[in-house]
Amino acid sequence: MDLLNAIVALLNFVVIPATAYGAQLALGALGVTLIYGILRFSNFAHGDTMALGTGFVILFTWWLQSMGLSFGPLPTAFLALPLGIALTAAVVLLTDRSVYRFYRKQKAAPVILVIVSMGVMFVMNGVTRFVIGVDEIRFADGAKFLINANDFKAATGLAEGLAFKASQAQTIVTAVAVVALLFWFLNKTRTGKSMRAYSDNEDLALLSGISPERVVAVTWIIASGLAVIAGTLYGLDKSFKAFNYFQLLLPIFASAIVGGLGSPLGAIAGGFLIAFSEVGFTYAWKKVATYVLPESLAPDGLAQLLSTDYKFAVSFAILIVVLLFKPTGLFKGKSV
Amino acid sequence: MNTRNIVLFAGMALLIVLEGSTTFGGIFGGSWNTALFIVNFGLLSAIMSLGVNMQWGYAGLFNVGVVGFIALGGLAPVLIATPPVTEVWTASGAGRLIFALIVGAGVIALAIVLNNRLRGRARLLALCVTLIGGFFLYRALFDPAAEVVEAFNPATNSNLGGLGLPVLLSWPVGAALAAGAAWLIGKTALGLRSDYLAIATLGIGEIIVAVLKNEDWLARGVKNVIGIPRPVPYEVDLQNSPGFVDFAANFGADPVVASTIVVKLLYAALFLVVLLVLTMATELALKSPWGRMMRAIRDNEVAAEAMGKNVTGRHLQIFMLGSAVCGFAGAMMVTMDSLHNPGTYSPLRFTFLIWVMVIVGGSGNNWGAILGGFLISFLWLKVEAWGPAALDYLTSGMDPTSPLRTHLQDSAAHMRLIALGLVLLLVLRFSPRGLIPEK
Repeated sequence: MDLLNAIVALLNFVVIPATAYGAQLALGALGVTLIYGILRFSNFAHGDTMALGTGFVILFTWWLQSMGLSFGPLPTAFLALPLGIALTAAVVLLTDRSVYRFYRKQKAAPVILVIVSMGVMFVMNGVTRFVIGVDEIRFADGAKFLINANDFKAATGLAEGLAFKASQAQTIVTAVAVVALLFWFLNKTRTGKSMRAYSDNEDLALLSGISPERVVAVTWIIASGLAVIAGTLYGLDKSFKAFNYFQLLLPIFASAIVGGLGSPLGAIAGGFLIAFSEVGFTYAWKKVATYVLPESLAPDGLAQLLSTDYKFAVSFAILIVVLLFKPTGLFKGKSV
Repeated sequence: MNTRNIVLFAGMALLIVLEGSTTFGGIFGGSWNTALFIVNFGLLSAIMSLGVNMQWGYAGLFNVGVVGFIALGGLAPVLIATPPVTEVWTASGAGRLIFALIVGAGVIALAIVLNNRLRGRARLLALCVTLIGGFFLYRALFDPAAEVVEAFNPATNSNLGGLGLPVLLSWPVGAALAAGAAWLIGKTALGLRSDYLAIATLGIGEIIVAVLKNEDWLARGVKNVIGIPRPVPYEVDLQNSPGFVDFAANFGADPVVASTIVVKLLYAALFLVVLLVLTMATELALKSPWGRMMRAIRDNEVAAEAMGKNVTGRHLQIFMLGSAVCGFAGAMMVTMDSLHNPGTYSPLRFTFLIWVMVIVGGSGNNWGAILGGFLISFLWLKVEAWGPAALDYLTSGMDPTSPLRTHLQDSAAHMRLIALGLVLLLVLRFSPRGLIPEK
């Protein structure tokens, strides 16, 4: 019984939240890694693209709600998502046209593009704050829980409750669907294949008649789609606050680098690795330990390895270890 | 210095004089107090952008964690100049805490030695055992000690306090702290591709700020340390001294206003000395064989390496030097405010703003970095006032109760992010060499 309780506590506080968070990070890291593979620079504006896109989704959600529309048990934001993605993709394509294309034609060094993306980040950050403000916004509606803690206790007779939030289930299901779609697109369609060819060897791809502008445009559209989905899922799961998305930049980059920049599979693995380590290190293990260990060994303190204020230190530490020992990442990304 | 540059600097000086002397329909403040505040802010920013310019302009290193190095430098005045909290030291909390820190450092040193000495599976096993065992040992020693320290007098202390030494000494110490952190990052991330340094510095910047916010035993965290000793007299003391009141009366000035202006002028003089010494040193360094080598490495790493230059070593050196300058400026800033407030360390203000200064001024040119520091500081401080005024004017035709108007007016504060981002993008696009280009 104690062991069962321990497993339920572990599921409730570690496995489920980390899986949802990992899915959000993986979607974000996929966007970063795709842009890196095709455009060959680290896009610092990605976090703020997520914030801007989520801001649009929230606005559309309010608009739909004001018309009395809802999506049954699912949050209205899912209905607003396609509109938000379309608008964000338009903004991002416009940014590419007006900002990035000039440097691409010049064949500027990647570090210049990184600085340019920093400028874009500034503007997007300002626009997001301008459009939606800096306050915390909760926009999740529909069903709250898939499994309620009290119902679970009553049904199983265990002391520990298991809460499975609807937003977590939605995150996981959506992420699986999006990733499956993305891999199908990259591996089976003509456009996807041309993207991979372009990423592998730009010159050869150009010689085979692949249009670079088209590949770049498709990449931006996919990356902004991924960013908006990741941002909306994160916002539904926790809450929307513009500054939080800037802070997500570090775990997202860490995920992409740990997996290997430019490798989509690596980005997913990296996202889950970072999420599980972050939650594992900052979770107070006292509850699980008291169930599993004999009474004499039970910990006095919280048995928390790191305070939650330092959760960024975990992604940073993993990043440093990978840079020291395996700079190309776990899934052999682009050259160092 | 050619005529163009002299005109640019004269224009900058004119802006500050105008700010002090006239209001010009609300565009300028018309107060010497705010003008001097802008001067001091500009001097500090100019020193910070000199530091970033060393890294980016001389060596092409992209540091996105400037805020962390400034914050680490800002820790120095607290550790050096504030009086020690003797009760904590005698209660053996402090001694145990420092012992725990030494043990922690020892564990890491041991891990590094093992990493270098052993090979294969033995290395992995030894590293895991050392690091995991060391972590728990460190926490077992550290947690109770930190609790003792933080439990003492939480309203005013709860920290170790400082050494009670003169505050000016903390400036080089701040530089040394920042250089130490830079060494740690440089050792791992330099020599890999350029983006990795950017991401690693982004991480260390956030972590340093998080540590300063949360470790109360170090510098009281977000509870702030106030009343850090100053190198210049206090305004109140000046107002109470009859000599100063007579001196102010000679100018026909109110002693209260005069005292604040005199204090600001004293700080400005101190900062100006630092800025001049730094500028001279960096200019000489740039003209020396060392400077030519740095530029050669920046412009073509492969060729420089073929000539026998140690590229990674030189990068590490310049990265530490630039970070040290940022740390120095951080210590100066905290000294001027005589307040340690880690809550204010935002990456937008202390990383990206400094970057805008360097790029607008002219990367690779020290005079450009200084001009950029002053100009962007001026704009940053003034746009705060101009933004709401401009929106007031633009929305004056609208119904005063319309929600759109109130929303626009509330959002005016965010205008400066957009404005700065646009300035950065426009300069990069149309004048990538900046206002004062590198020769």
